[in-house]
Amino acid sequence: MKILVSVKRVVDFNVKVRVKADGTGVETANVKMSMNPFDEIALEEAVRLKEAGVATEIVVVSCGVQACQETLRTALAIGADRAILVNTDAELQPLAVAKLLKAVSEREKPQLVIMGKQAIDDDANQTGQMLAALLGWPQATFASKIRLEADRAVVTREVDGGLETDAIKLPAVVTTDLRLNEPRYVTLPNIMKAKKKALEVLTPDALGVDVTPRLTTLKVVEPAKRKAGVKVADAKALVDKLRNDAKVI
Amino acid sequence: MSAYVAPLKDMRFVLNELAGLAEVAKLPRFEEATPDTVDAILEEASKFASEVLDPINLSGDQEGSKLSGGEVRTPRGFRDAYRKFCDGGWNALPFEHEWGGQGLPRLVSTPVQEMWKSSNLSFSLCPLLTQGAVEALLLRGSDALKQAYLPKMIEGRWTGTMNLTEPQAGSDLSLVRTRAERRASEYLISGQKIFITYGEHDLADNIVHLVLARTPDAPEGVKGISLFVVPKFIPDADGKAGRRNSARCASIEHKLGIHASPTAVMVYDQAVGYLVGEENRGLEYMFIMMNAARFAVGLEGVAIAERAFQRALAFSRERLQGRDLVAGGKTVPIIRHPDVRRMLMLMKSQAEAMRALAYTTAAAMDFAHKSGNPAERRRHQAYVDLMIPVVKGWSTETGIEIASLGVQVHGGMGFVEETGAAQYLRDARITTIYEGTTGIQAMDLVGRKIAREGGETAKEWIAQLKQFEAQLSKSNNENLVALRSQFAAGVQALADCVEFIVASSAKDPRPAFAGAVPFLKLMGIVAGGWQMGRAALAAERTLQSGERSFLEAKIATARFYADHVLVQAPALRNTVVNGAAGVMALSEDQFLAAY
Ligand SMILES: Cc1cc2nc3c(=O)[nH]c(=O)nc-3n(C[C@H](O)[C@H](O)[C@H](O)COP(=O)(O)OP(=O)(O)OC[C@H]3O[C@@H](n4cnc5c(N)ncnc54)[C@H](O)[C@@H]3O)c2cc1C
Repeated sequence: MKILVSVKRVVDFNVKVRVKADGTGVETANVKMSMNPFDEIALEEAVRLKEAGVATEIVVVSCGVQACQETLRTALAIGADRAILVNTDAELQPLAVAKLLKAVSEREKPQLVIMGKQAIDDDANQTGQMLAALLGWPQATFASKIRLEADRAVVTREVDGGLETDAIKLPAVVTTDLRLNEPRYVTLPNIMKAKKKALEVLTPDALGVDVTPRLTTLKVVEPAKRKAGVKVADAKALVDKLRNDAKVI
Repeated sequence: MSAYVAPLKDMRFVLNELAGLAEVAKLPRFEEATPDTVDAILEEASKFASEVLDPINLSGDQEGSKLSGGEVRTPRGFRDAYRKFCDGGWNALPFEHEWGGQGLPRLVSTPVQEMWKSSNLSFSLCPLLTQGAVEALLLRGSDALKQAYLPKMIEGRWTGTMNLTEPQAGSDLSLVRTRAERRASEYLISGQKIFITYGEHDLADNIVHLVLARTPDAPEGVKGISLFVVPKFIPDADGKAGRRNSARCASIEHKLGIHASPTAVMVYDQAVGYLVGEENRGLEYMFIMMNAARFAVGLEGVAIAERAFQRALAFSRERLQGRDLVAGGKTVPIIRHPDVRRMLMLMKSQAEAMRALAYTTAAAMDFAHKSGNPAERRRHQAYVDLMIPVVKGWSTETGIEIASLGVQVHGGMGFVEETGAAQYLRDARITTIYEGTTGIQAMDLVGRKIAREGGETAKEWIAQLKQFEAQLSKSNNENLVALRSQFAAGVQALADCVEFIVASSAKDPRPAFAGAVPFLKLMGIVAGGWQMGRAALAAERTLQSGERSFLEAKIATARFYADHVLVQAPALRNTVVNGAAGVMALSEDQFLAAY
């Protein structure tokens, strides 16, 4: 079974994100970038499926600038077999990425696409769902457990009320939640081996995909600063404030 | 709180702009050290250091290693971290391919090891000692010994120790008394060794002790000491850890720092041992490995300085106290105050200078080892030999000063253990003692490395510094102009001292030795100034294409170093050249005259 995993290069989760002075977006110049943590979980799951003898090949794909190659090399070091970069400097919105991944899926014909449920930069949580719809494949989002059977995937999902278990027909799209697994540390021998694995570079044009943005970003601003708290004298004063100032009870 | 973050940008800058990674990668068998691979290695190592080793540093210090029933239990989390460390293949990083290592240049293993040392010095000592033992076996071990021990030690499943010190034999190893009696194919080792780092622990299946001892008919002194492998468990026919050898941990020390690293008293009672190389040449082998070992401890100074700086910096940005000197108004973070800035800059500038000197020395070690041209190899080796005592002595002495400044930046909180700043100061304190005290480094520098060869290598290096000064004078950046003038004075001070050492030693070794440690410090300061000057020039050159904020900070930091650190060189020169009389003026009795 072939698994396709998508990975996005995002601002590292440890970095304190700053908005650009002109309000057009988030500052990324000279900022540490890493693999989106949810994608790391997706890849880890694929590698475990391969180690368990269920998957035979893992193809990892990223869409974006040249520097995404670093993220793909990391993915190869974690355990992907080969990598594809869909290279473009254009702004990529979820729909465009879903279309690119659809084109790649049609070329690669994976049985399963595993993706992070969202990227920690724009938190859109859309690409997986869009990809499934474009491909006409079943989807299971927010997976906290994946089990593969002959022609279906049994996926436990984290939903508001608790856990829901779905069986979906393959090929399918699964997006991962935080508790699916704990990604491994990359080993030194695998870093060295990653260099020798294939990394193919494609373009949106070659895939016949129009990535023109459909949404316009009007303005990006920092979240409002938290106001200083006040100390209340006793429980009565607290109830009073909750009722009259905050109006929450 | 402050979590360790590897200074990856500075590390890369030093590797690429100052230490010549691209040139090192052209040496035979180093082809794999391409910039993207090195980046990936540093990236993953930094993750491991921050997420696995740093979180158990303070808890490891508070809990410490414990001995009971002859067995040592390392602090919580150490076993798990060590297993992850070996599973990740990190233990094998510095070794040759043929034994399962990665065959990477020393220049690449150096920043990685800095990260282990910064995030958890106590932990890092276990792989370091294994590395020392592996190098000894690689150097002179028989094929049988290599086959039996190296693969497991390189993987990290077995660890190594170095057993040199005895109660009466510390700096002076000619006094070693441990005995080795010849048997058919082996030796029986008896005696006591003290201060043995990771002499006993619970991280691995077996411990391989490298022990200095004397055979019964060995000559007195340094020429009668042999080196033996003494395993805790004797490998059986399948090569597995088998029968328990009579090598036993009698106690572990209560120490000022590195609490998590067990420091063992080892008792050998007719323990089975195997000779490494030939009899009576043990100290000679130790000598061959000495540069690597001393370099590694020097790097500990860099690492602790970096870590202490990071914690102080984080604190200084949060602690609110006092008002802005000019703007007044509300209480400000203490980093706004000039004196706190001065302390932070002293920490930052010296840590960066020490890093640059260590990494460039690592590159020279690679060239000395692998260059295809014998004359080049010799030239680099001479430079390495000259610089090792400085990397060791200066970086560790300055590391302590920086860790102490780290406490100072924290005020009262620095003196309180939970903060973590105090641990760095306590941990740093060992680095000027083991692997040869600063005094021993300084005597090596002044006696063996300078006086003995009439200052030849030192003078060649000084000529190189003068050329660099000429290069500096071409810049009209005001920071570089200021740096040049302090640097020129520093180089002159250095040259005066070398003249003095060579001339005075010909008649009497004492005056030069009396000023040996101040001279070592002077040499470190000037070598650091040289590297900061090179860094500033490189930063000026790449300012348009590179990351402005980092590069401008580099130039400003070099300027600070010139005005606050390099300026000390001429004063130290006066101590070296004129201070000897005062050092030896009192009779031994006169020390008691005031009581
Ligand atoms: C925590 C710890 C871990 C250690 N780990 C190991 C280990 O794993 N293996 C091992 O074999 N050893 C180890 N050691 C021992 C260490 O290497 C020695 O302590 C060190 O070499 C100094 O020897 P000493 O303690 O006997 O001091 P001494 O040699 O007694 O020195 C005392 C003082 O005298 C000075 N001095 C001595 N001789 C001279 C001289 N000729 N001229 C000028 N000054 C001199 C020294 O600089 C020092 O200031 C460790 C020690 C400690 C504390």
